[in-house]
Amino acid sequence: MSLDLSPRPGSAPRSAMLRAQTVMELRLQCRNGEQVLLTMVIPLVLLILGAKANQVVDLGPGRTIDIITPGILALAVLSTSFTSLAIATGFERRYGIIKRLGASPLPRWGLLFGKVGAVVIVEAVQLSVLSGVGLLLGWEPHGGLTAFGQVLLLVVLGTAAFGALGLLIAGTLRAEATLAVANLVYVLLLVGGGLLVPLSRYPEAARHVLELLPSGALGQGLRDTFAGDGPTAFTTVVLLLWTVCASLLVSRTFKWE
Amino acid sequence: MNQPAVEVIDLVMRYGSVTAVDGLDLAVELGTVTAILGPNGAGKTTTIETCEGFRTPQSGTVRVLGLDPVAEGHLLRPRVGVMLQSGGAWSGARSYEMLRHIASLHAHPLDVDLLIERLGMGSYGTTPYRRLSGGQQQRLSLAMAVVGRPELLFLDEPTAGLDPAARRSTWELIAELRSSGVTTVLTTHFMDEAEALSDLIHIVDAGKVIASGTPAALASSGAKNTVRFTARPGLDIENLMLALPHDTKVDEISPGSYVIAGEVDPELLATLTAWCAGQGVLTESLLVERQTLEDRFLELTGKALR
Repeated sequence: MSLDLSPRPGSAPRSAMLRAQTVMELRLQCRNGEQVLLTMVIPLVLLILGAKANQVVDLGPGRTIDIITPGILALAVLSTSFTSLAIATGFERRYGIIKRLGASPLPRWGLLFGKVGAVVIVEAVQLSVLSGVGLLLGWEPHGGLTAFGQVLLLVVLGTAAFGALGLLIAGTLRAEATLAVANLVYVLLLVGGGLLVPLSRYPEAARHVLELLPSGALGQGLRDTFAGDGPTAFTTVVLLLWTVCASLLVSRTFKWE
Repeated sequence: MNQPAVEVIDLVMRYGSVTAVDGLDLAVELGTVTAILGPNGAGKTTTIETCEGFRTPQSGTVRVLGLDPVAEGHLLRPRVGVMLQSGGAWSGARSYEMLRHIASLHAHPLDVDLLIERLGMGSYGTTPYRRLSGGQQQRLSLAMAVVGRPELLFLDEPTAGLDPAARRSTWELIAELRSSGVTTVLTTHFMDEAEALSDLIHIVDAGKVIASGTPAALASSGAKNTVRFTARPGLDIENLMLALPHDTKVDEISPGSYVIAGEVDPELLATLTAWCAGQGVLTESLLVERQTLEDRFLELTGKALR
């Protein structure tokens, strides 16, 4: 069969384009060793080590595994929606992929859809695996179905807030700078961002700052919810505000190349 | 009247204090291959990227297939194939995978396997983009531009970094696309490429089109052809010029070495040899040189191509 080069232009159906874009993003992410390390291996190792964390850090009253597991779930959300997304997007800008796809029939919002789709799927896998391991280690979540809905809300808001912040960095800085900043923020929030250690264990001055950060809000929100208390309105509003502000900034500053 | 495939009127683009494009006009007819030829920094890429909708004209008008590439980009993009000057693929994506992905965004893409075979990309179909050679990356980029079966192609330096065989095969593909009814606009540094492929060449320098025409017309326009001959030094060239048509110039560029510039035809040669015979002068060598596109280019831009 020979190649018929005569023009026959047209876009693929929207659903096919969105599926193709999401699958491609997912496939590339799974192939990238550093991304897998960041999103799966590190949270998993920290969860297993964290089960014994009480011997190192005083996590406060309650069973260690019940305190550490929600924090690890918050860390998983941070790694995928912020660090991983920012680094991947930064290098896509650098290597002209966003530009190339910008010349294809895929609309700009379709590009974003693919990213969100891939993030959501990776998070679903992360949260399932990490919760499963947590349960095996003796984690006892409280709150039943209500808690499940609240967790979903917190994860969506946390993903939106971190995702917008990730795109903000990736859309304005050079790829190398994005890589550095995204990893640095990850480490800083992991160590002292209120993700893993309950806010009540921090000095009062630090606590007031941390509860305003998306990491503190998401970590504490998840711990409160799995303790059966549900997230405070304050936590939810903090995440919502970060999402709105960062999204507005992204829409104004993001450069496609 | 046929609507042009691309119409650029008085385009101006500035980056800070640098004016990249300075009142450029361009028209591309449907079904033709048009080359934008120019030295580095002439404004070729800026012009082509404005046509692709990546940049908004700061002043002037750009219409592609009758559409505004920025405001109506969503209508235009499915109909246009784009080859960027560099990049455009995920570093971890394999050639085959990348091409198939772009194909999947189009309604009636070319058969990816056949295209891979046609472009000789089979040996590196499963190689990740970052491990491809520069030439292989160029081939993939060309394949991504044509896979959606576009009406109009923008190719930014399609053969930069290719070996002669790959270059030849790119030329053949562009010619085949032309005969299949695809309109192509390409930028190039290569004179022979512009000459071999295009119906029309626009020479661009300092952000303006400084000459346009078919390859043959461009080469022969402007300065005329030349005749070089050697004879004894100190010939009376004033007298020779009287014998020749009035717009012909004669110079003794070094002792005994003469150049005649003008409309060189058999008549002129006959007059020259008759004059020499009349003076008892033997011309030791006589060379008629046709001006090449390259001479014309150098004359117009005053720049050597890199």
